[in-house]
Amino acid sequence: MTTISPIEESSTKELVQIEKEHADHRMFGLAAFLIADGMTFAGFFAAYLTFKAVNPLLPDAIYELELPLPTLNTVLLLVSSATFHRAGEALRKNEAKQCQKWLLITAALGVSFLASQMVEYFTLPFGLTDNLYASTFYALTGFHGLHVTLGAIMILIVWWQTRSPGGRITAQNQFPLEAAELYWHFVDGIWVILFIILYLL
Amino acid sequence: MTIALPPNDQESPRELQPKGWLRYFSFSLDHKVIGLQYLVCGFIFYLIGGALASAIRVELASPVSDFMARDVYNQVLTLHGTIMIFLWIVPVVNGAFGNYLIPFYVGARDMAFPRLNAVAFWLIPPAGLMLISSYFITGAAQSGWTAYPPLSITTPEAGQIIWILSVLLLGGSSIFGGINFIATILKLRRPGLQLMQLPMYCWAMLGTSILVVLSTPVLAGTLVLLSFDIVAHTGFFNPVLGGNVIVYQHLFWFYSHPAVYIMVLPAFGLVSEILPVHSRKPLFGYATMVYSIMAIVVLGLVVWAHHMFTSGTPPWMRLFFTIATSFIAVPTGIKFFNWVATLWGGRISLNSAVLFSCGFIINFVLGGITGVALAQVPFDVHVHDTYFVVAHFHYIVYGGSVFVIFSSIYHWYPKFTGRMLNENIGRFHFLITFIGFNLCFLPQHWLGLNGMPRRVAEYDPQFTFINQISSVGALLMALSTLPFLWNVIHSAFKGPLAGDNPWRALTPEWLTSSPPPVENWTGQAPLVIEPYGYGKEHKEQINETTANTNSEKKNQ
Ligand code: HEM
Ligand SMILES: [Cu+2]
Repeated sequence: MTTISPIEESSTKELVQIEKEHADHRMFGLAAFLIADGMTFAGFFAAYLTFKAVNPLLPDAIYELELPLPTLNTVLLLVSSATFHRAGEALRKNEAKQCQKWLLITAALGVSFLASQMVEYFTLPFGLTDNLYASTFYALTGFHGLHVTLGAIMILIVWWQTRSPGGRITAQNQFPLEAAELYWHFVDGIWVILFIILYLL
Repeated sequence: MTIALPPNDQESPRELQPKGWLRYFSFSLDHKVIGLQYLVCGFIFYLIGGALASAIRVELASPVSDFMARDVYNQVLTLHGTIMIFLWIVPVVNGAFGNYLIPFYVGARDMAFPRLNAVAFWLIPPAGLMLISSYFITGAAQSGWTAYPPLSITTPEAGQIIWILSVLLLGGSSIFGGINFIATILKLRRPGLQLMQLPMYCWAMLGTSILVVLSTPVLAGTLVLLSFDIVAHTGFFNPVLGGNVIVYQHLFWFYSHPAVYIMVLPAFGLVSEILPVHSRKPLFGYATMVYSIMAIVVLGLVVWAHHMFTSGTPPWMRLFFTIATSFIAVPTGIKFFNWVATLWGGRISLNSAVLFSCGFIINFVLGGITGVALAQVPFDVHVHDTYFVVAHFHYIVYGGSVFVIFSSIYHWYPKFTGRMLNENIGRFHFLITFIGFNLCFLPQHWLGLNGMPRRVAEYDPQFTFINQISSVGALLMALSTLPFLWNVIHSAFKGPLAGDNPWRALTPEWLTSSPPPVENWTGQAPLVIEPYGYGKEHKEQINETTANTNSEKKNQ
């Protein structure tokens, strides 16, 4: 059994170690999934930029986007990333009440982002099928909005589960919160890229 | 030593799961059950896709459209391509063998995410049924497996939408699988096992899964946009509404060129497992093999526009993609020579597994050569969208991947079932498959060079004779399935018992009983740092000891 013996001593400890770290694989899996998700956005961005480069619109179809509302949106999301981070910190320090407060604030920021996005949709002078540019605009922001919606729902679920006593999420079992947090940071990051490409370029 | 890896013994839901053959119809979390579910499910779809292929060849046996209506032909062609790619080759070379073998190879008791794994598999049957039933309910999609707009926007909507939905489900399944493989290979390795000691199939699956994760989402996003064009009348890809069809082609091929490697890289890995065992020699050039896989992964992501040389692609782009594509021939060639060198001077047993692997090497080199030819713009503009392209990719996807799938079934059947297949029937199966395949597809090179377009049911009568040869070949291929089916079904009940390690192989999956116990090993997973240590007497002996230990434990 020489193939096994050289590490027999150390392996027991390492195996136990691996058992403990099992949750880490889930974060790893989530990160891989987010890379995949990011590639979907990358495809959309590439399509948008190519459309813009090779399919110029007629002059009367060109419309400059207003900046104030999307800028506000950017701020909302960036702040919400920070508040989510605070929620995580609080959980790690075992302060369930604080954690819940920050989670609610984050969810509220996410929902206000969605509301303000709706306001923008209804004030825009073009509709989904007006032209190529309009369609791409709605597809991109809509797909991102879908992500924000899912994220907000996740946050509320996480909030519900941090209730103490009785919640599943505690300082010992942080995975759901950490997963939602990573996802939320990802969605914010995508928004920043989207904001630059769609509104500033 | 009873430490489990990964840990799931305590509240193991497995106790509640059905036992015996019923577990193959359940939401099982056992990677071995899931692997076989993929395999059998994929094979059923292969039979359906094969029936469709036969229908195509019957139609093409005469230059007029007499066997099916023209729109039925289009549906049959679309279903054939989609089924063979998304429901047969991709799930089988990745899902089936990947799930069965990868946990063994990394020394784990299951995949990193068993539940996700089961979900990934169970997305496939509904997607496939949806796709096929669309033929009977609304009429299937008619725009080919590429679904190029504006064709896909102007053909009947319902079938196309169902096609999109089912490809989205299959893409999702593939992404979940890919994530699982990456996590398993990188994170679940048994302590003490280095990356560069892994069997080659692990590297192939790692590379493939990276491609899956990076490129499949782009296809998904593109198909969503296409469905908007069809349902909501947006104009992303509709020139009438100011859209741009070329963007679709770019996005589509950004996935679908990597997809050809998703179909063939795992096959490379499987061949690299099979050849050393049966020639009793170490795999030649392990490190170069690893680097060429990774080179193919990187290059594979930047060659997609070689499918678009006639799409008004600007000259600089043509130049770039010609050069990049030609470069892929280098790592591919390295692998080819490594396989030949592995066989060279070995004590080769010419059994069915080896025959199919050698068939793969021969066919693949031909497909690779026509591939390099197609990468040259001046040549490609002549033969693009002709039967030459059809011949090229069938040499790779059938002559390559499908041959390897058969080879792998012959090689791992004793592991799956504990029984041997009948070798004589297997060799006979190889012979008619090989002859039928070449008879069917070799002549298509001539058809293409002489200008017969692909994807049409009618053709110029001058091509009749060669098409008839091709159809005869297709008939042989269809018939070749029968001895194979009889062999696998009969041997499952009546085949001679195989013992734990009939091939005297050194890779970890053979160092346990056949079929393996639920958690793969009764004791601790063996540490196999030299999976190809053939010809070194003491190594073989050591591993045989391990194998016996396992059986003994099982019997207790
Ligand atoms: C490794 C496995 C390979 C597979 C599975 C594969 C598969 C395919 C498929 C399916 C197509 C047809 C696409 C369509 O028009 O519907 C194709 C076309 C092509 N392949 Fe390959 N191929 C492989 C290797 C190669 C290699 C090694 C090269 C070149 C070095 C190559 C170059 C090409 C080119 C240039 C075309 C475009 C032909 C045209 O449409 O005009 N392929 N290949
Ligand atoms: Cu290609």
